[in-house]
Amino acid sequence: MSALASGDFWAFVGVVAGIYTILALGLQLQFGFAGLLNFGQVAFMAIGAYTMAILVVKEGWSTWLAAPLGVLVAGAAGLLLGLPALRLRSDYFAIVTIAFSEIVRYVATNQGSLTGGSQGTIALGKVGEAAQYNGEWERFQERVQDWLGIASKDVAMLLIVWAAALVLLTLVWLAVRTPWGRVLRAIREDEDAAASLGKNVFAYKLQVLAIGSALAGVAGCFYAWQFSFFSPDDFQPLLTFFAWMIVILGGLGRVWTVPVGAAVFGFLFAGTRFLDFRPLSYLSGADRAYLRLVVIGLVIIVLVLVRPQGLLGKRDEMVLE
Amino acid sequence: MFWQLLANGLVTGSVIAIAAVGVSLVYGILRLVNFAYGDYMAFGALAAYELNGPLGLGIVVSVLFAMVATAVLSVALDLALWRPLRRRRAGFMSLFLASIGLALVLRQALLLAYGPQPRTYTVDPYKVYVVGSVRLSEAQFVTIVVAAVAIVFVGVLLSRSTVGRTMRALADDGALAGIAGVNVGRVIAYTWIVSGLLAGLAGVLAALIQTSFNPNFGFQLLLPVFAGVVLGGVGSAYGALAGGLVLGVAMELSTWPALWGGGVDPVYKPVVAFVVLIAALMVRPQGLFGRARFV
Repeated sequence: MSALASGDFWAFVGVVAGIYTILALGLQLQFGFAGLLNFGQVAFMAIGAYTMAILVVKEGWSTWLAAPLGVLVAGAAGLLLGLPALRLRSDYFAIVTIAFSEIVRYVATNQGSLTGGSQGTIALGKVGEAAQYNGEWERFQERVQDWLGIASKDVAMLLIVWAAALVLLTLVWLAVRTPWGRVLRAIREDEDAAASLGKNVFAYKLQVLAIGSALAGVAGCFYAWQFSFFSPDDFQPLLTFFAWMIVILGGLGRVWTVPVGAAVFGFLFAGTRFLDFRPLSYLSGADRAYLRLVVIGLVIIVLVLVRPQGLLGKRDEMVLE
Repeated sequence: MFWQLLANGLVTGSVIAIAAVGVSLVYGILRLVNFAYGDYMAFGALAAYELNGPLGLGIVVSVLFAMVATAVLSVALDLALWRPLRRRRAGFMSLFLASIGLALVLRQALLLAYGPQPRTYTVDPYKVYVVGSVRLSEAQFVTIVVAAVAIVFVGVLLSRSTVGRTMRALADDGALAGIAGVNVGRVIAYTWIVSGLLAGLAGVLAALIQTSFNPNFGFQLLLPVFAGVVLGGVGSAYGALAGGLVLGVAMELSTWPALWGGGVDPVYKPVVAFVVLIAALMVRPQGLFGRARFV
């Protein structure tokens, strides 16, 4: 059966879109509301996923303790990065965050005794043993499946991920409607004006950076559970750019545009997988993979040129500058 | 050992410095952080390979060809992408994102055309030049000589020639330079040409010293280059030059066994570059040569 018609395939696309929604939600809060240029979002995803997996495999923790701690550690990493880096001008900050995400990937690749190195999480345990961190998660997933009476594992995962995404979207949506959220927007529009009103701009930025990083940590845990194996190569800077594309695709400065952007992106990314009709079928699979990324790069460029406020963005609230 | 590491550092550093000047010139004039610059460099490296590999021409001819080819690419992309964005008065964020999109397109297009397999230039890997206690391979020797010439050339171009002076004037204050009669459009074109020439040169030299390369390697080069630009002070071409050299030397010297704890594991050299960068920015947030008013 062709993958196009397979329900499981589209459920999988939906799961990935849900994970991207959580990842991109952090960026939307940081950039769309507070104007922070974080280009290292994938690092916090990696930190969340690795913390969870390491605690489960090496320390024998329960997933239900390890995952929240992974999220906390990701948030704390955002805080630690922000303390020095937020003193910099915004474009320097952007470069330092990319640098940070590459440092995290380097450390994950080269500290094999801690992370399993380039072989990934399979090498987390003792030598010659394939390590597993998601036994508990799979039992939970099966229970959800039984409870809802669904046969497909992917559909169960789809429901779990999107339930989590909806909760997080709602929380962020509520948060940005409070006075706290209004201060963020004031900082985005004019930092000096916000500071002159007695707002501690640095503290607000630090909070937003930590919350966005924690959201990436959540995305990292779901990513780890969905694929039941990962390695440092899964956390290339490309992933951060995908998340940025989702934020801009949907529209800046709004919460509910993020899942729309993620769904469109997921559809585009999965859809370009089917670029296998003639004449493209003459290309090898690897070449078609390159072509897909060419298409995605072109979409980013065209979007910036033609619709800088995103698909559903409010032009008068925020335009990409 | 120390002198050897210093020499290696100067080799790495001069390549970073050349590329950093290319990035910095464009940033200074167009406020564009060109994320695709690493892929311009990869394009240059592959252009040189076309002549040096299959055709077997000498490395010097290949370098010159690569520089011209990359400059042509650089100008063509300005016409196709950057000029339309300037017309729309695109800001920092739009330009940065567009350059990320462009980086994806360029890199994947190079992968489509050349495939991911590593390539090597035909230079003699066993020929060694000995200077005092320092041993340099032919690739390193070529790099250090060519880079020194290029650095002097860029320095003279910026400080003495009309083109260079108008470039710096534009970087300093675009509106004022325009009023003073500088032909802004022409200076932008010159900037892309110089930046492209430098990208081609740096790409070939980087490929030469790491002995084998593939179309993906531009991105790995990009981050130390950005670190060099930021360290020197964004938009300051002389700063980028110094920043690149400092980083190259710091990266190599950090592996010196006489250091605390026996030096840093060589795999962490890129991390050293960023640690130096972050530490330097804590002390001087505007970079080594940046001016405080830009912060």
